[in-house]
This record gives sequence, C-alpha cells and structure tokens, in this order.
Amino acid sequence: MAHKQMDYLDKLEAKSIYILREAYASFDKLCMLWSIGKDSTVLLWLARKAFFGHVPFPLVHVDTHYKIPEMIEYRDRLAKEYGLYMIYGQNTRALADKQTFPDGNVSRLQCCKNLKTEALQHTLSGDWPRYRLNLQTGLYEEDEDHTAYTGVIVGARADEEGSRSKERYFSPRDKNNDWNVDDQPPEFWNQFKTDFAPGTHLRIHPLLDWTELNVWEYIERENIPTVSLYYDQGNGTRYRSLGCWPCTNPIPSTSKNVHDIIEELRSGALAGVAERSGRAQDQEDGGGLETLRRDGYM
Amino acid sequence: MITEDIMNIVVVGHVDHGKSTVIGHLLADTDSLPKGKLDAIRESCKRNAKPFEYAFLLDALKNEQSQGITIDTCRCFFKTDKRRYIIIDAPGHIEFLKNMVTGASRAEAALMVIDASHGVEENTRRHGYYLSMLGIKQVAVLVNKMDLIDYDQEKFDKISKEYTDFLAEIGIQPRIFVPVSARVGDNIAFHSDVMPWYNDMTVLQVLDSFENIQPSHQLPFRMPVQGVYKFTAGGDMRRIIAGTVDSGSLSVGDEVVFYPSGKRTRVKSFEAFNAPAPTEIQCEDAAGFTMEEEIYVRRGEIACKAGEHAPQVAVRFRANLFWLGNAPLKGGRIYHFKCGTQKLPMKLLHVDRVINASNLDCADRQWVEKNEVAVCTFQLDSPAAFDTTDRLASTARFVIVDGYEQAGGGILVEALPDEAYDQRNIRTAAGAVDAQERRALTGHKGLVVWLTGLSGAGKSTIATAVERRLLALHIPAFTLDGDVLRNGLCADLGFSDEDRTENQRRAAETAVLFQRAGLVALVSTISPQQAHRDFARSCAGEDFMEVYVKADLNTCRSRDPKGLYEKQAGGGITAFTGVDSGYEVPRSPDLVLDTMADSEAYCIDALLDAILQKRS
Repeated sequence: MAHKQMDYLDKLEAKSIYILREAYASFDKLCMLWSIGKDSTVLLWLARKAFFGHVPFPLVHVDTHYKIPEMIEYRDRLAKEYGLYMIYGQNTRALADKQTFPDGNVSRLQCCKNLKTEALQHTLSGDWPRYRLNLQTGLYEEDEDHTAYTGVIVGARADEEGSRSKERYFSPRDKNNDWNVDDQPPEFWNQFKTDFAPGTHLRIHPLLDWTELNVWEYIERENIPTVSLYYDQGNGTRYRSLGCWPCTNPIPSTSKNVHDIIEELRSGALAGVAERSGRAQDQEDGGGLETLRRDGYM
Repeated sequence: MITEDIMNIVVVGHVDHGKSTVIGHLLADTDSLPKGKLDAIRESCKRNAKPFEYAFLLDALKNEQSQGITIDTCRCFFKTDKRRYIIIDAPGHIEFLKNMVTGASRAEAALMVIDASHGVEENTRRHGYYLSMLGIKQVAVLVNKMDLIDYDQEKFDKISKEYTDFLAEIGIQPRIFVPVSARVGDNIAFHSDVMPWYNDMTVLQVLDSFENIQPSHQLPFRMPVQGVYKFTAGGDMRRIIAGTVDSGSLSVGDEVVFYPSGKRTRVKSFEAFNAPAPTEIQCEDAAGFTMEEEIYVRRGEIACKAGEHAPQVAVRFRANLFWLGNAPLKGGRIYHFKCGTQKLPMKLLHVDRVINASNLDCADRQWVEKNEVAVCTFQLDSPAAFDTTDRLASTARFVIVDGYEQAGGGILVEALPDEAYDQRNIRTAAGAVDAQERRALTGHKGLVVWLTGLSGAGKSTIATAVERRLLALHIPAFTLDGDVLRNGLCADLGFSDEDRTENQRRAAETAVLFQRAGLVALVSTISPQQAHRDFARSCAGEDFMEVYVKADLNTCRSRDPKGLYEKQAGGGITAFTGVDSGYEVPRSPDLVLDTMADSEAYCIDALLDAILQKRS
C-alpha cells in the first residue's frame, strides 16, 4: 500500500497533538492560556484536533483592560461557538489604583508586571477571582473553582525571542512562578517531566518548534478564524502581533488576508524583520523578554 | 501548499571548542538572521568595548553572556536550497550534560566540533558515546580552529584517525571530517583557499548530504495509548483510543492486540477533526480509532497489529543506560519506569557494569554516578510491554524517574525471566482448588473494584446500585463499605497515619478474600493515598480495578449526604479528607466516574460495563 507523505505542517501538528495529549493525561488541574492572538488560537485549534472536537480543559485569558475591543468580541464569539470553559482574570486593584502606563503612573515594564504577570500568577493560583463565561447567558460569572492549576499550556514559540528558544516542552515553574533557566530538567525521547513537587507547576509548550510563518500557513490550511486586526482594513496598516493598544503599534502593510501575510513573510517586506518589533515593552527590557519571562510573563 | 523538508541537527563538542561560532557563521552565511540583528550585536560589542564574535548571536540570554558558556539548548533556524534546518546548540560543559542530551535527542544528525589545537578530549569522547546511546547515526566531525595549527593537514589527519577509532568502538561511523576555522568562516559555507589539500564538502554541503529519517512504515505497528477519550459533550458517544504511531501502519478492519493486557478487537473507524477520517494510519500520525467491541483498555498499553511480531511482556529486563541524576542510581530505592505511555514502579536489581564513557574502561560496582553510562538489570512492579533495541528503536527506549525528575535514559536490550514472579502467577497447590478451577466450577470470576474519592462523591450510591445490577445478572457481588468496616472489623482503629494504613490493609485483604471466593467485591472507601490503593492492587493482582469517583470539594460539600462537612466546619471533625487532610487524585485509574459531569445513571452504567468487560 502506498503511504502518504507527511509534510512539515503535518509533522508539526502531530508533535503538538502528542504534547497536548501527554499534558491532558498528566495533570488533573490543567488549563490553556489564550491571548486571543494567532499563536494561542492555533493552539486552541490543535486542542480540538487532539481531542476530536472537544477542549477538555479551561481556557484562561488575562484581561489587562487595555486589549483592543475587537479581541474581546472575538474571544467571546469563539468561546460560545466552541462551547469552551472560558475564564478570564484581571488585576482589578492595579486598575482601580491607576497603577498603569496609560494612566501615566508607571513604566511600560511595570505596567506589564502589574496587569499581565501579577494578574496571571494570581489567576492561575486561584487566589484572585476567576470569571467564567456562562454559555447560556453569555455573561461572565465568578467561577466557583479556586483550585490552583498545576499544568498551564502556553503558545510560546522558540523563534520569537532569544529567551524562548531555551524553553522545554514541559517547563517547571516554582512557587513564585520563577523559571530557573540555568537548571532545567532533561527532556528526551518524547518523555516529559510530569512529576512535580506540591506548590510548583509546569508550563507546557506545544508550539515550541513552530515559526511565525508555520503558524500562518497552518491558519490558511485549516481555515482558522482570526481577529481582523491582523489584516489591512484599507488604511495600509495592520497588527503583526497583538497586545494592549497603548503599547502595540500597527505595521505598514497592505496584507488583506492570510495569503497576503504568508507572501509578505516569505519573500516580502517582513522576511527579515523581528515579529515583536511593534511591542514597545521589549525595547525597554534591554532587547529581550528575559526579565519579564523569569517573573512569569508568557 | 509548498512542501519543504526540515531537519533537526545538533552541534556538540567540548566547551570552548567553537560550537556557537560555527552556528553563528552558518546563520550569517545563509542570510538567516533577522534584519539588523548582526548590526545590533556589532553595535553592542562596540559599546561594551568587546571584539565582535559570531558566538554572540546565540547568547540571547543575559546571564549566559556573563558566564560566556552555553548553558542550555538554543534553537535557531536557517535554510539552504535543499531544506530548512533547526539547529540546536548543545552545551559542552560536563555540568550541563543533561542539556546536551535534551538537545541531541531531538536531532536527526549531529555536528561534532573538535578544537584542532586541543585535539580529542574527554568530553569529545563522552559526547560521542551519548550520541550513540541516543540513537543518532548521522555524524560529521568539524575539526575547528585550523588557523591555530597553521592549517596543518598532518595534525588534522591525526585527530581524524584517533576519533574515528574511538567512534568505531561504540558503533558510530562518521560521515566525514571537515577542517574548518569557524572564526574566519573557512569551509563553513564556502571553500577555503588556505587549505588547498581539502577538496571535499563544506559544512553546509555536509548538512545537505544528510538524509531525513524515513518513517518506518514497514516495521511492526506500535501505538502507545495516550488516552481513551469519551467526551460526552454535545451527545458525542465515541470512545476513541488516542495515540501517536511509533512505527508501522494500521487499517480499518485490522485486528489490534493491546499489550501487556493481550486484549483484542478490530478497528472500526479512524477519527479526525476538521479533516476526512483516514482509512489507514501510519508512523508519526497523531491518531485515534474506535473499536468494534467496547473492550476496556487504558493509557499505557501499546496497540499492536495481530499477526505481526509482538512486543515483549516482562517484569525484568537488562538495559544500557545513561544517568543524569544528582543522586547515584542504586538498589533499595523505588524509581519509575517510563516507556511509551507506561509508567511503572521499578527497582534496580543489579549493576552489570559501569562504563567510563571517555575511555570505555569498565568498573565493577553496584551504583551509577551522575553522567556515567552503565549496563543494569531492573525489576518492575508489574509487567510492561516493550521492544528490544535489535527489533525496534522507539519502543525500546525508556526513561528513569527518580522522585520528581527524569534522571536517566535507557535502551532495552533483553527481557529476562523472573521465576519468582512467574511462580506467583501460576497458583498451584496439590489438592487445593486453584483460581482457574474454581472459575470453571462456579462459572464466576472474582474481582476487586476499588472506588476512591472524596466523602460525598457518590461512591456508596454507585457501589450499591452496581451490586444490585450485578446480582440481577446472577453475578455474585458484595459491597464493602468503608463506614461499615470502620464500625466492625476496624473498630479498634483510629485516624492516625498508622491506623489509616492498617484500616486500608484490612479492607484490601478482606476484598481479596471475597474476590478469591468468586465475588465481585465493591470496596467503597475514601482511600486518600495512592500508596494504599497500590497496595490493594498488589494484593489482588490483575483482578483489580481502581475507580476514581470524581467530584470536587465544593460539589461534595454542597451534597454533604452524611452531614460530615457541616460537622467539620463546626469543629466536630479534624483531619477530614479534602478539607484539612490531603487527597491524592489517582495517577492512572482504570476508570473515572465524573459525578459532576455525568448523571448517576450514566456512572452506574459505565461502571457496570467496565466490570462486565473486565470479567469477560
């Protein structure tokens, strides 16, 4: 019998599904971070592939309150359509105290720490309220489950930034969410670290081997719905990477659809430009995400 | 859709022999750096009054730059006309051997870098040995820093000869030795004028000459079961066996045998999301299939194809291994064996020999130190299914977990008989009725069904209902309720750790007596510790099911059928499981009954179904 040849997207997909299934088997308290961006949306799609149309764990979104409104609309639309266990968490205190960059009281980096890192840490541990989408009413209600997540699936890719290229597929974080880059567990032969001490948790990275181009190629192949902000709406700009509106700038581009973006990345204007070049906080961190990532940033 | 080859390659070698410089040059010469990256680093060097080096490109992490050595596996991407490469820079320092293993295990081919001015060093040999253990067959050796030895061909030949001899002893035939100077770029992407005596391939050409590893379609089918999924949301009633195919292929209608259990059925369908369901699955596919008969299988078994070479099923085996743990590998300690998706407790029985990875000398002692390689014999708690390395590579690999860490990796060489184990499982006693005979005479097979979960999860409700249903089918069954045992057989026991252990021991032994008598013993007890449940399993052997009756604390508290949570909140009970005393969720239960998600009737049906399958 003739065997079909797997192409590189098939291989990436298969590897990611394997990792997702291992994560699901290994962690009783598992969740997936969904930033609404293209990477974690591909991750969500891969979960539906791995579990045959189902997503058997909660999706967690850290809502900084400064996300572009389209992102929230898109999030809730997909959550309802896919029947997701959709959770969001927020640093309501920092927002109330105006400890944010747009309020003019803290630096960009500190703002990231307050609204993303801290909110994430406390949402994962369950000591701050988690808001769950009621699929019947379409409204968010405080989730009764306050258990800490011990496995957190994240859409980080090795090609994004230097620090991410050092990640394991299953990467331990200690009680304070710290990542000990210098002493990571060995990982080989598709066997991952799935045992962990109480109080610690693991980050799971199924997209580690994907590139930005792969992500767009896969979106095209699978016809995955994405936020319209990624596409030029006629004014000659679009977002390449999505974040909070005060710190994310659109790039000049006339790509109007997925196909245009793939061309642009392969051979066009973006072929050699770093993806996060539109993210202002990276520059403030001395050119790397390392400081933020050590503290638990995704 | 364009098709594009990708190859993972690793660059290994002793610290400071120039791995990062080789990679830096490969990236720059293939024009694979993001725009401005090279300039940014040149600029940063100028600012810090450091001479520019290609190695800096990789030093993305701040602390790494400060230490000046690669501490972890760093991935970079570059492209030739032939294919795309993911290049893994593995640290050379012996302290970071576990990182080198991590990097190298992902690779299809390896570049070994040797400093020409230093020659073959201890770590050069050790890395060679590790590559052979990890199963990397395509290796090229770069003799670097040729500029430091005046591009001397004689010295190059001497190093090549010495290392070729060493590699031959451990079964590696290097593709080629390339003289390079990575600092300048000689023979990396372009041929060098300064070594006219070398006319063979550049490093880039060597890489393009490596073959992508071909999927092993012709080998026996192996698919370790990652999970058995039945997600009932939206009325989905499929029970899907999910896993990734390690080797071979399988078609609709083929007969499947699961090992170690030996259960059989046929493939009814393959399942897929957002794609047409295939009629055949093959090596590397992340797949899922439904079965003609709903037999009970679980994560850890290997799905194989009937009629093909079967895997070994054994409790004792010999293996080659490398040890990365800080604490030595030694006897008298419980480790865990992970192979495919199986995870089983394991003991070291014997160290056959410890091999010095750098000179291949053998030591005779009964422990293995960090970074050593050895041949050892191990004993498992219960039978595992695996292949030996002469048959299949993938299902012959296992890792050793020590505590929370993956501390070693091994290659299964030989399954060994274990007389003691084999005898235990053949129950013969002159004159006495053995288990098989009893079953034949009574027509009944006993079973221990161990229901565990929080107070209020629904254990007793389910157990008593299933007991009634079994009896209606003329299957003798009896519920052993934790509360009843506490008030009778265990009335002398309190709630100290010691007494709890004894309570569980008595429950297990009693259940096993019922089981031997031919009854289905339904044990309904909180049983918060995995060790106690494992003990019960070890008493009952194969005729045992661990059933996790799942409901979270809030749900149980709101149900509170016995009023215990209310009493606890009022201070009437201490060390109450789930509240102020821990509950260990079963690591790999035979069945999960989720009483939050599923109705009582569904859970009862599911358990009854599983029991009937198990007894058949």
